[in-house]
Amino acid sequence: MSEYVIEMLNITKKFPGIIANDDITLQLKKGEIHALLGENGAGKSTLMSVLFGLYQPESGEIKKDGEVVKINDPNDANRLHIGMVHQHFKLVEIFTVLDNIILGVEQTKNGFLQKKEARRKVMELSTKYGLQVDPDAMIEEISVGMQQRVEILKMLYRDNDILIFDEPTAVLTPQEIDELMQIMRNFANEGKSILFITHKLNEIMAVADRVTVLRKGKGIGTLNVADTNVDQLAEMMVGRKVNFNIDKAPCKAGAPALTVRNLVVGDKRHLKKKVNDVSFRVHRGEIVGIAGIDGNGQSELVYALTGLMKPESGSIFIGDKEVSRNTIRERNDMGLSHIPEDRHKYGLVLDYTLAENLILKNYYRPQFQNHGFLRFDEMYRYSEDLIHRYDIRSGQGSATVTRSMSGGNQQKAIVARELSLQPEVLIAVQPTRGLDVGAIEYIHKQIVAARDDQKAVLLVSLELDEVMSLSDRILVMYEGEIVAEVDGKSATAHELGLYMSGANRQTHMEVEA
Amino acid sequence: MKNRRNRTGIINGTASLISIILGLLFGLLLLFIFNPSFAITGFDNLMTTGIASSEKLAKVFYQSAPLLMTGLAVAFAFKTGLFNIGATGQYTLGAFFALVGVVQFRLPWWMGLALAMIGGALLGSIPGICKALFNVNEVITSIMFNWIALFAVNLSINNMPLMLANAWGAINKDRTAALTSGKFMAYNPNATIPKAGLDQLFGSNYINLGVVIAILIAVVIWVVMNRTTFGYELKACGYNRHASNYAGIDAKRNIILSMTISGALAGIGGGLYYLSGTAQYTLVKSLLGMGFNGIPVALLASSNPIGTIFSALFISYIQVGGDALQPEYSREIIDIIIATIIYLSAFALLMRGWIGKLFIRNQTENINAEDDQPSENEAKLVKKEETLK
Repeated sequence: MSEYVIEMLNITKKFPGIIANDDITLQLKKGEIHALLGENGAGKSTLMSVLFGLYQPESGEIKKDGEVVKINDPNDANRLHIGMVHQHFKLVEIFTVLDNIILGVEQTKNGFLQKKEARRKVMELSTKYGLQVDPDAMIEEISVGMQQRVEILKMLYRDNDILIFDEPTAVLTPQEIDELMQIMRNFANEGKSILFITHKLNEIMAVADRVTVLRKGKGIGTLNVADTNVDQLAEMMVGRKVNFNIDKAPCKAGAPALTVRNLVVGDKRHLKKKVNDVSFRVHRGEIVGIAGIDGNGQSELVYALTGLMKPESGSIFIGDKEVSRNTIRERNDMGLSHIPEDRHKYGLVLDYTLAENLILKNYYRPQFQNHGFLRFDEMYRYSEDLIHRYDIRSGQGSATVTRSMSGGNQQKAIVARELSLQPEVLIAVQPTRGLDVGAIEYIHKQIVAARDDQKAVLLVSLELDEVMSLSDRILVMYEGEIVAEVDGKSATAHELGLYMSGANRQTHMEVEA
Repeated sequence: MKNRRNRTGIINGTASLISIILGLLFGLLLLFIFNPSFAITGFDNLMTTGIASSEKLAKVFYQSAPLLMTGLAVAFAFKTGLFNIGATGQYTLGAFFALVGVVQFRLPWWMGLALAMIGGALLGSIPGICKALFNVNEVITSIMFNWIALFAVNLSINNMPLMLANAWGAINKDRTAALTSGKFMAYNPNATIPKAGLDQLFGSNYINLGVVIAILIAVVIWVVMNRTTFGYELKACGYNRHASNYAGIDAKRNIILSMTISGALAGIGGGLYYLSGTAQYTLVKSLLGMGFNGIPVALLASSNPIGTIFSALFISYIQVGGDALQPEYSREIIDIIIATIIYLSAFALLMRGWIGKLFIRNQTENINAEDDQPSENEAKLVKKEETLK
């Protein structure tokens, strides 16, 4: 019997124009938690897809318990007891928890479902591992945390003993993350082997036994977590020394630039308000962060502020002008910039060139048009200038179709466009989602620079680390309401986590509006 | 910049050519199946009749004008992300407005064309308004308005004695007045589009300035689409409505405008055809094919206004060739061949993907490693492909 339950030896997987996995070796011991660390695009997902049978490698072999196996599709992977919790859950929204767990491995008798036995097994697993779920609840009605537990139960129900977790903590509160870590440790103690994909270093330090680092498709090395530290891992991941601390001058808050009073945003389908009586201010020269778990009204708040959604009541001021009835363009012209949370849906016209995207917010201004005709020479001059200033990299410069650009550079283009409008107020939503460390550093610097330039910045992010390191003040949103205001310097993840999960709230809010 | 334009141009052009060639080969196969002894001569006729004589060439140009307009109409809407399947209705109403202008009001032809434009625009705006304000699918509304337009026009013409051919000395009353009959010429000599000597050049009565007007309009549309802020907005809405909305572009206004302009283009097509003097509107109970043929014209041209000129000429060319297949083959066979090409032109979209990928594969070596990460979409595409396998 081999020491390793799974060995991926010298795996190479190529895509047109790129080697996603270049001779990577990954060995998973029985009963260990093995972290797979790397930036976006480092090849983590590809490697896991190879293990899961979604891709066939050009070369290399996979061994299970020392024997070479061929994994042609996810069914093969299942037979080898390999299970995976995907980053985006694969659940049927309108099915119950139980139905989702048994989906694909249902027991039937004369063509009828036999759920009794399944229910018993699910409940047994649920109690044994402390994975609390309501088997009869619809997926669409339960929290993200519980959905993740359903995914985990799915693996357990299939008797999987090699469990892959793909960025499992992205959607959880700090407290839920602690719980998940404990569950993972329990699994490991039971002899199950865990592959834990992440780019968060502190989680690796907290829970993993060993870690394999990938960078740009190559395996950089495998280390014992006990023998390493965060700085070393970061350097291995990025290829250079990384500075995690954002250098910020003290906040010099000026006059209020964005004022929100008693804002209410409804939801067409539900009676519950998405944003409920929210009031706050953002001053010139300060960054106000909004922390919260996904789906607690942050998106709707931003839509209402930017004009994408009509508020039910309440008022919004840019400077001292009421704008809640103004169109999106009027707000833009008054100095509101918006880095949207979904860069593909809102931020870019992907089939337009980079130059065309860079003028998306101001093409109608005299600078770019002459009696209705676009001034292409001006457009290209402007675009070249931004590309140079913001270091946007692309295959063919201004003429590159943005669809073909990397996510980091797409985001840089949006940041460049929004900041070059010289806004009074910048609303940045998830500005670094899915970007690598280099791009994150860069965009954070730009946001801080905007604040030092006396702009008002409202930062909405699901990444607590991001909110904590950038914000001068932090507001926490829970179920459509602002439940706490915390000073950016003194806030702790634990404290914010309690507010974010609704376990705690400030009775007396010092939010003056 | 130029590079990219050229590249997409080449990709689109190649894809269209491949679908045309495959369609024609299929046509040849059909000719062999139905009547082997005439297949080769028949195919020869199909391919060469259009340029066999200046008279036939004149007919190619003559028919291509309205086709080009309906093709432009469809292409214009496509660029804004809308499918105007109501071109035939807008074309019919345009024809009606034009005829009413020159017959009832004795207006000159160019006023007739202007009326045709208004008629088409009116009908086109309705699906646009429904889509923008009530989010009703424009395909459904425009299909329904095809029939509404057809029967409203038939009913109106039936009740306008002056419009019918029998008012002008002909015996039949199932069609509109012949604008070139002696009696009508005396009534309104300026009703038909001028020939400007083209008839003498080609030795054919069919040709007039219509095709020139249509080509000029195609060029104007190209300029609007590619050079103006208005075109920039329309395309942005077509590519990504959410992003245009986010950028403060009034998507609703643009949907209405786009459908209105699209309708106007189809309407002009109706005017161009029925003000030629060689065509009479016939009261039938089926929708006019000219409107629907705009769809393949647009598809074959990948919605490029300039490309539309060539695809309209091509479709018109094989239609004229198809007429020469008779009597050995029935008239319908050319419809089948055209339908095949049309069908394949839908595949042209797919082929564009394949050809495009060939290009990408050849080019990747030139791109430096820094920018080499495939975009999410490309990755998705690869993933999809892999799962298909």
